[in-house]
Amino acid sequence: MSNVVALKLPIAPLSEEEETATESQCISPVVIEATPPIGQARAGKRLIEFAKTVVPPILGLLLLIGIWGLVSMKTSGIPGPAVTWTEAVRLFSDPFYSNGPNDQGIGWNVLSSLKRVAIGFGFAAAVGIPMGFLLGRFTFMSSMFDPIISLLRPVSPLAWLPIGLLVFKKADPAATWTIFICSIWPMILNTAEGVRRVPQDYLNVARVLGLPEAKVITKILFPAVLPYMLTGIRLSIGTAWLVIVAAEMLTGGVGIGFWVWDEWNNLKVEHIVIAIFVIGLVGLLLEQCLIQLAKRFTYETR
Amino acid sequence: MMKPMVKIESVGQSFQTKQGKFIALRDIDLTVAKGEVVTLIGHSGCGKSTLLNLIAGLTLPTSGVLLCDNREIAGPGPDRAVVFQNHSLLPWMTCFENVMLGVERVFGAAEKKEKLRARVEAALAMVHMDHALHKYPHEVSGGMKQRVGIARAFAMEPKILLMDEPFGALDALTRASLQDELLGVMEKTGATTVMVTHDVDEAVLLSDRIVMMTNGPAATIGEILSVALPRPRDRLALAHDATFVECRGIVLEFLYRKQLKKAA
Repeated sequence: MSNVVALKLPIAPLSEEEETATESQCISPVVIEATPPIGQARAGKRLIEFAKTVVPPILGLLLLIGIWGLVSMKTSGIPGPAVTWTEAVRLFSDPFYSNGPNDQGIGWNVLSSLKRVAIGFGFAAAVGIPMGFLLGRFTFMSSMFDPIISLLRPVSPLAWLPIGLLVFKKADPAATWTIFICSIWPMILNTAEGVRRVPQDYLNVARVLGLPEAKVITKILFPAVLPYMLTGIRLSIGTAWLVIVAAEMLTGGVGIGFWVWDEWNNLKVEHIVIAIFVIGLVGLLLEQCLIQLAKRFTYETR
Repeated sequence: MMKPMVKIESVGQSFQTKQGKFIALRDIDLTVAKGEVVTLIGHSGCGKSTLLNLIAGLTLPTSGVLLCDNREIAGPGPDRAVVFQNHSLLPWMTCFENVMLGVERVFGAAEKKEKLRARVEAALAMVHMDHALHKYPHEVSGGMKQRVGIARAFAMEPKILLMDEPFGALDALTRASLQDELLGVMEKTGATTVMVTHDVDEAVLLSDRIVMMTNGPAATIGEILSVALPRPRDRLALAHDATFVECRGIVLEFLYRKQLKKAA
């Protein structure tokens, strides 16, 4: 019997609901009975964990909607949550209609904004990343360009819009141009910083192995810089998505920024509120995608 | 004496600093024979790593000449493989790929893919890491990382192996097991080795000669001790061996009486 007691010991402290009566009589049924309470306790713990992650954000959202409801009741002209919701349902039931250039579904507007961001950002990456490598690798280049970057970076990209209009003679490429301008700075600066921070050890390895320059770039520099580059890309896209709304308000055409302005002219305030949520949601999605991408390429060092 | 592999002739090294010229090393003369294992020992700041970097070609001397296999050392190269203190594996490559990087560079032009792969696998098996070929460095322990670092160096079949405090970052037990492993590998391959250490037991256990360096600045070689212990060596058997104890005593005497560092 002494064996049996020894066997039972690790189980006893785990479960408090164990029946002491059966315990002394026979061992195997107790072990089996002991499992469900443990499972329940685990499930309960998981439920609490789940509630801890889910409840606070929901409370926050409810608070926002509550304040919004109060404000809309006190202020005429601001639509309440209920009105906005029914309007949103109507709007999203047909997001991709098109009645000429000035009256298109919200889906088209978001997509054309995203397209501008993608093009402007693509050009910025194509120029900014190689620039960043040059600035990070050669002190001469960084002392040459750092003053220019410091001077131009604080300028609102919208200040560049008239220059874009002048050069491209059209609204659409001018908006893309502002995106290019605002995206390029974080890309250059982060890439350069990444190149500067490549551990000397890795470069020593390359030197000892006598790797050719092409291999140094593909096997050592690029992977080492990639996490910094992705940070640059994330910051760029974030700013680009901020700027595109303002740029489109000024240039017109199809796009979420223009749509906001158009709805303001139509005095459809509930559409503006919907647009705010949509812009926020798209921005959040972009950010999350890039964070996931960055996670994929982050290596634990040491 | 066997054919000399490394010849260091009246080498000095100084750096320009804000306070003026700083002399790190002066008048270093040393010859390392083929197949010999030499350790450099001294207090921190005595320029032992500087000397190793000079042999590696990572830095060039301000005076004097270094020769490797009768050719002047003008820069780093795969014939002088380095095992770095902090392993320096590339974190985005598996253990296998890290070793392959060096193997490909040295043998890639002459040999086929399968042969290269076999070399990498053999090198990793030699340090008992064949179970983790396709693991990433962050997935294995510190000692295992250093094993891979050693495998990377050995796989290149260098003329000389340079090790900069290879076990400095490891705990005592892991360090001992890696020293034993290294001892085995060195006996098997007969590799010419120069190793920096500040561990007296490690120096006596592993080396044929111990080069004791004076304190910096302007450090130089103080004494050279030949360790006349037969190989293969065994840690436990040597613990009470008279020669081992004597060698150990001489090095300790040098470090803690003749070259005691004040308030270091």
